[in-house]
Amino acid sequence: MNEIENYEEQQIAKLTADKKIPVFSAGDTLRVNVRIVEGERERIQGFEGVCIARGGKALSQSFTVRKISYGEGVERVFPLFSPKIDSIELIRRGDVRRAKLYYLRELSGKSARIAERTTGRDIEKRAPKSNKKAVNG
Amino acid sequence: MRTGLIATKLGMTRRFRDDGTSIPVTVLKIDNCQVVSVQTEERNGYVSLQLGSGTAKVKNVSKPVRGHYAKAKVEPKKKLVEFRVSPDAVVEVGSEIMASHFVVGQYVDVAGTSQGKGFAGAMKRHNFGGMRASHGVSISHRAHGSTGQCQDPGKVFKGKRMAGHMGADRQTAQNLEVMMVDEDAGLLFVKGAVPGAKKGWVMIKDSVKKAAPEGLPYPAAIRSVKVEAEKAPVETEAKTDVVEDNKSGNEE
Repeated sequence: MNEIENYEEQQIAKLTADKKIPVFSAGDTLRVNVRIVEGERERIQGFEGVCIARGGKALSQSFTVRKISYGEGVERVFPLFSPKIDSIELIRRGDVRRAKLYYLRELSGKSARIAERTTGRDIEKRAPKSNKKAVNG
Repeated sequence: MRTGLIATKLGMTRRFRDDGTSIPVTVLKIDNCQVVSVQTEERNGYVSLQLGSGTAKVKNVSKPVRGHYAKAKVEPKKKLVEFRVSPDAVVEVGSEIMASHFVVGQYVDVAGTSQGKGFAGAMKRHNFGGMRASHGVSISHRAHGSTGQCQDPGKVFKGKRMAGHMGADRQTAQNLEVMMVDEDAGLLFVKGAVPGAKKGWVMIKDSVKKAAPEGLPYPAAIRSVKVEAEKAPVETEAKTDVVEDNKSGNEE
């Protein structure tokens, strides 16, 4: 491993020491709890919406969350390991076929919905219908 | 005036501050940086340290240069650079200078050879504006335009900025803040970009424009002396006092 990868791994370990980042991908609905400093006081504000893209590698990973606020589309790009992010909650997994959901910007209302994903990656298998397939870990 | 250090540029990454701001940093590797020779006032007329960095294969080092290394009892180096120092900052030949020579929060100047751009036009090389996209301009959208007057003076003045070779020359990035020092790994993290390509040689010195902070290691941060178990195979006849031509390293 080269020195920069080594450093980034250490930094990631340090930044995620007291929080757990869920495994998520584009299409999932997230609630990002952001630390906001107002003068002396610090409070936590949630930003809830659909993750429409993930980007970057290692320490420089980022993700984009889109929500509709008072009828207006709002997108925020967060660095995944930013100390400003208090926590990320995974609310709902979405069933999508693309890595980047930029097409959602053109859609609204019914057509902008994303179906929920109940099977597949990182989801515990439901009780098998037949006993043919073993449960994969 | 303390000595500088030779390093290689490894690449860039980022560092998060606690308040969430992200700082772009360049990672510099200080690899086996030793004093190879000392130029003195009496012998050379000026005082400087010649540092070497990296490890060269002995077979790739010419005999006279091997003799030069043998005199200092150091292994052959890949890169030799001279740094001017004040007479009280002279370091013994053979001592290894570590990354902790620089401390977190201080400012440094980093010099390197910028990435070559080849033959570049006036827009890229001198930030000229170019010409219009339409309104009769034909084929010459990126041309530099007029280069002077008419029959009087009847020539293009010397120094007129035109297209030509760009890059691959020595550049110095001044006032870069040291963000982190990893002494064991020999890594130095400086804020911002540094000239040159990855794996390129760079020279790090205390900033000339910002005052040095208190508590800098003076004359240098030297690794506690270890016995040189092995040294380069040396032919004894090569005793002439060879001063390595260090290309871009000589500067005041």
